[in-house]
Amino acid sequence: MKVLEIKNLKKRYGEKEIIKGISFEMEKGETVVVIGPSGTGKSTMLMCINRLTEPDAGEIYLNGKQITGSKHPEVFRQKIGMVFQEFNLFNHLTVLNNVMIGPMRVKKFSREKAENVAKENLKRVGLELQMHAYPAQLSGGQKQRVGIARALAMEPDLILFDEPTSALDPELVGEVLEVIKKLAKEGMTMLIVTHEIGFAKDVADRIIFMENGEIIEEGIPSVMLNSPSQERTRQFLAKFMEGR
Amino acid sequence: MDFLSTLKVLLDGTIVTVELTVTSFIIAFSMAIVVSLAQVYGNTPLKVIATIYERILRSIPLLVVMFILFFGLPSFGIRFDPFTAAILSLGLCSSAYQSQIFRGAILSVPKGQILAAQSIGMNGRQTFFHITLPQALRFAVAPLTNEFTIVLKDTSFAYALGVTELLREGTYIVSTTYEPLLIYLFCAAIYFTVTFSTNTVVKRVEKKFALPGFEFRGERA
Repeated sequence: MKVLEIKNLKKRYGEKEIIKGISFEMEKGETVVVIGPSGTGKSTMLMCINRLTEPDAGEIYLNGKQITGSKHPEVFRQKIGMVFQEFNLFNHLTVLNNVMIGPMRVKKFSREKAENVAKENLKRVGLELQMHAYPAQLSGGQKQRVGIARALAMEPDLILFDEPTSALDPELVGEVLEVIKKLAKEGMTMLIVTHEIGFAKDVADRIIFMENGEIIEEGIPSVMLNSPSQERTRQFLAKFMEGR
Repeated sequence: MDFLSTLKVLLDGTIVTVELTVTSFIIAFSMAIVVSLAQVYGNTPLKVIATIYERILRSIPLLVVMFILFFGLPSFGIRFDPFTAAILSLGLCSSAYQSQIFRGAILSVPKGQILAAQSIGMNGRQTFFHITLPQALRFAVAPLTNEFTIVLKDTSFAYALGVTELLREGTYIVSTTYEPLLIYLFCAAIYFTVTFSTNTVVKRVEKKFALPGFEFRGERA
């Protein structure tokens, strides 16, 4: 079954067209990684999927139901988790409350039930010991794992990751990637924007290469990373390998 | 006039001063919330109205507002007693300043957290009450305390309308005792004591609600 279908998605800011008609689909349990140069609309595309940014044109479906055009995008957002580059944790809430506020306030779970869900998901990301800490007391890697637990607690059908490790010190990247890999093994459906090519190779079922608001090429990691068919993909990857 | 009766008269004045302060502060606080919400979340006409209100009242001296309300409005048949006119003037002026405190506090909550709240399916109301407001109130405490002490001190302008607040009571005593330095210093000491104790109480409240890891916010010492 298709969890996500995107048809001819477009978005412009003023004169500049950021996304020029993107279409792709995701199956249940699939991990899709989006790579490409900075400023090519990868993050904007993610934000369009749960309509935190309103797309200009195109259709998006979650489990066959159309998100675009719906008067209540918040209903769909409950089913689409999002993990942000800058974590965006709620600073005034403890780790536990950050994770349980969704189930409690949005899904109207009882406090007890929400707390259980939150604890369970904090365990999944290995942070059950820090649950009474506040975000400002955590390291970047821990913050991001709370961000992941917060998304998981809503039991989403799909999680969007917007460069989840780009704001982290290099030594903290690993712990976050490990958590995401574990989720991939558990069969979570994930769409990940990242610059970590090595990680993409490990975790992706499919890699999409985006440039200038378009999908240039997509395919399984071994093919995409070793023998891409498009010249632009080759150039991007070559530049990337040099930089490493 | 002996010391005790002087003290009693001044304390009577102090009670009026505190009444003026608290009443006008509460009025200003409620109006400021409405004005700031209109400025941040309102549609264009609401934003314009709120902004005009706030700009005008911030540009007119308190004493002028008092004179317009007390001496000017009777031309339209609207009459206030001095106490009411003083409260309304103080409330109007302070509401303009407080609205900017709230507006700033609301806008200080990082945009990313609003996105995160929306991303877990919160609607606008839930986002405001669970994410924006609890943090905005914390940001607002320190500037609001400051505004409170300004209102407290500005109540002395009510002297000009004939309200028997602390300063006027002091002046009555001066007119019979001819001890201006002593009496006005006494008044000053009372203003200081009220302001100082308010600040001390608020500091405690602030400490209680401070966010771990953000201790530097409330305390600069």
